[in-house]
Amino acid sequence: MNDFLAARSQMALSLGFHIVFSCIGMVMPFFMAIAHFLYIRTGNDIYKNITRAWSKGVAIFFATGAVSGTVLSFELGLLWPGFMKHAGPIFGMPFSLEGTAFFIEAIALGFFLYGWGRFNQWFHWITGVVVGISGLVSGILVVAANAWMNSPAGFDFVNGQYLNIDPIKAMFNDAWFSQALHMCIAAFAATGFAVAGIHALMILRKRNIAFHTTAFRIPALFACIAAILQPLSGDISAKDVARRQPAKLAAMEAHFKTEPASPLVLGGMPDPVAKEVKYGVEIPGLLSFMVYSDFHTPVKGLDQIPENDQPPVAITHYAFQIMVGLGMIMLGIALCYFVAIIRKKSWLRMPWLLRLFVIATPMGFIAVEAGWTVTEVGRQPWIINGVMRTADAVTPMPGIAYSFYIFTAVYISLSLIVTFLLYRQIRMVPEIYDIQTPSL
Amino acid sequence: MIFVVMAYLWAAILLYILLGGADFGAGIIELFTSEKNKAYTRSTMYQAIGPIWEANHMWLIIAIVVLFVGFPEIYTTVSTHLHIPLLIMLFGIIARGTAFTFRHYDAVKDNMQNVYNRIFVYSSFVTPFFLGVIAGSAVSGRIDPDANNFLDAYVYTWLNWFSVTVGFFTVAICGYLAAIFIIGETDDDNSRVRFIRKARQMNLAAAVFGALVFWAAHAEGIPLDKWIFDNPIGIIAIIAAVLSLGMLWYLLLKKGKVIIIRVLAGFQVTMILLAITMRHYPNIVILKGGRYLSLLEHAGQEKTIHSLAMALLLGSILILPALFYLLYSFRKSDAVEH
Ligand code: HDD
Ligand code: HEM
Ligand code: HEM
Repeated sequence: MNDFLAARSQMALSLGFHIVFSCIGMVMPFFMAIAHFLYIRTGNDIYKNITRAWSKGVAIFFATGAVSGTVLSFELGLLWPGFMKHAGPIFGMPFSLEGTAFFIEAIALGFFLYGWGRFNQWFHWITGVVVGISGLVSGILVVAANAWMNSPAGFDFVNGQYLNIDPIKAMFNDAWFSQALHMCIAAFAATGFAVAGIHALMILRKRNIAFHTTAFRIPALFACIAAILQPLSGDISAKDVARRQPAKLAAMEAHFKTEPASPLVLGGMPDPVAKEVKYGVEIPGLLSFMVYSDFHTPVKGLDQIPENDQPPVAITHYAFQIMVGLGMIMLGIALCYFVAIIRKKSWLRMPWLLRLFVIATPMGFIAVEAGWTVTEVGRQPWIINGVMRTADAVTPMPGIAYSFYIFTAVYISLSLIVTFLLYRQIRMVPEIYDIQTPSL
Repeated sequence: MIFVVMAYLWAAILLYILLGGADFGAGIIELFTSEKNKAYTRSTMYQAIGPIWEANHMWLIIAIVVLFVGFPEIYTTVSTHLHIPLLIMLFGIIARGTAFTFRHYDAVKDNMQNVYNRIFVYSSFVTPFFLGVIAGSAVSGRIDPDANNFLDAYVYTWLNWFSVTVGFFTVAICGYLAAIFIIGETDDDNSRVRFIRKARQMNLAAAVFGALVFWAAHAEGIPLDKWIFDNPIGIIAIIAAVLSLGMLWYLLLKKGKVIIIRVLAGFQVTMILLAITMRHYPNIVILKGGRYLSLLEHAGQEKTIHSLAMALLLGSILILPALFYLLYSFRKSDAVEH
């Protein structure tokens, strides 16, 4: 493995790892806050036990998210010094604000996790909400930084010099809103389906049914709302990408030829040499419609983009298909669930509905990883779209492959341990969280 | 505005040494505690740092963000030429943070606890050691941006006696801070005596490694003694540190107020950092051949520095009151329900 590929893989691995924990860190505090609120309001101990069971899980995820985030802030320099040297001062604004958000999050988490029985219960509740809000804010900020790489703004690029830097403009670049919106909704969908799925499995296995049924409802509701909003926000994103990164859009859609009434390709295997998609289903005019809201305007294809400015088509296309496909399945599940709540209460007791949620457990997170692959691989060969090439940004230090192997081993072990810990938390529910006379 | 940013950078580094250091020290003390007292030491430490450990480590992130936003050339030079120790330190951070949390939140308490404990104590040693190595290397004059072979460019930059002794010195300081801190966390007289003994050992270790740092600097031709002793601020800072050390031990033996003892220990470390950095100011990285990277000359553009300073000021208004309230609320743990 050459050093450049190793550096890219290590970055992708670290980010792909971190994003799982950050989604949970952004969303779980809200689920806990709701359960906690219901406890304070109703005095029903089940809610208290759910809150505490979740908070233990969250503490584990949080620590892992915090260390993997710390690693990332060093890795930007370790792997991409050529990039950070110029980009740091321009896109640094969100990171400097994010520092505050993290700090508040860490402080609030201290109060929340260790504050049981020590503070006024509403103060304690508020600290949990603050954890969620600051997590969400930090997610939005860091995505704004990433959006700048897709849609650079706030500086003039003259003869290789970065002049007239304006960090505020850089932060509010063209892409930040669509990306941040889509990311926040994705975090709710992914975490919501994952948590709901685990509780659904426990109900199907007839373990602590009252506990798990109550715990299932909160994430399921959020996940389903998010799953309905997700395609809408994805449509905003796609239109946005078409405008600012036609090469990425063409790669996403495996759209090789510019022609009027551009077709939408479903499935299929892109063949970059023959410049065509094999075995795909083409729906004429639909791509034009999705991008420009009319069936005729041609959408720029890869034939209009210089060969050495084209992103890898196959990966981007597959990743996009996976994301959208999973998005559609989750949308379907969400619709079933709403029909069940509103019209057909009897469905709620049917095992098939719960089974759907069990199947959906990993879907949101797979879609998140796929979506980031679209965004990041689709930006290649640029690290700053149209300004700096990724190959010019990489560290001169040789032997990155070894650090990539070690990181891979470390992250695999960590994932295994976290899974193991989660498994133990769930297995201990009968003993710790759901006993007849709650002693907590 | 640049001075605001510099002040924050210095403060973040100091606070990381003090709070993060005491936190690392918790593991170091555990490493050097006899088997029969380990459990007590561990739970006392956990009670004290559990609620604040996340916050303790935020100072490092703040320092890094200030560096990469405000002083990108310093950040990228250091991360290129000290890639290897930074990487090891990162593995230490990963191992330590996760082991600390996992051992507490594992729902089943079985022999996995031994695994977490072992990882926690060793990484508590490795992480500050490499932090010290990195800090030492930054001023050692070994970093050579023009080096064209692997060893000179990426290995001898940090693998030298000076950097290594600074690493050990850092470990000893962390252990010392933690020992002083934990004295106030116990009500039991026996343990108190034991922690005081620990503090004395760590203090001695710090003195020995401090002397070794001077020896190594001398051997490697780094004018450390000159940096510290040829200017009044350096001399005053060192005298203040020594005086406060004497006072600290006097109060400790007299069972003086815990808070004063802690402040004295913090003051001492502050003075040491002041003495080391004052003479270098504003150069924080000394390169080979007398070149250097300066906080004034290698700062980002005006507007960047301005907005960075604003972000930091805004941040402190929000953070500091909340942080003080956190420290205050958990200042001495009564039996907390976890
Ligand atoms: C639960 C996860 C999830 C689901 C179901 C979807 N997405 Fe997505 N998508 C993401 C999670 C995600 C993401 C991981 O959050 C990304 C990566 C970068 C970003 O801003 O959001 C993303 C990126 C992303 C991009 C690239 C944005 C850019 O590069 O700026 C587009 C065009 C879409 N999405 C479109 C869609 C469409 C049309 C969907 C229809 C169902 C869809 N997404 C479902
Ligand atoms: C957490 C979600 C993210 C994921 C899963 C992700 C994924 C990836 C992937 C797959 C690559 C490799 C692309 C390739 O080389 O083909 C990559 C590269 C990179 N990403 Fe991201 N990314 C995420 C967010 C971010 C953010 C928020 C930033 C910065 C603010 C960022 C900065 C980078 C950089 C600097 C590279 C290396 C250069 C490049 O390949 O363009 N990423 N990321
Ligand atoms: C889209 C990408 C990202 C999102 C949505 C995101 C979000 C978050 C969130 C919500 C947390 C809080 C901790 C947790 O809940 O586990 C977190 C932690 C952290 N993230 Fe990320 N992050 C992203 C990418 C990055 C990148 C690229 C960096 C570094 C350059 C980074 C640096 C950090 C740091 C330093 C922490 C630790 C803060 C602490 O100690 O509490 N993150 N991230």
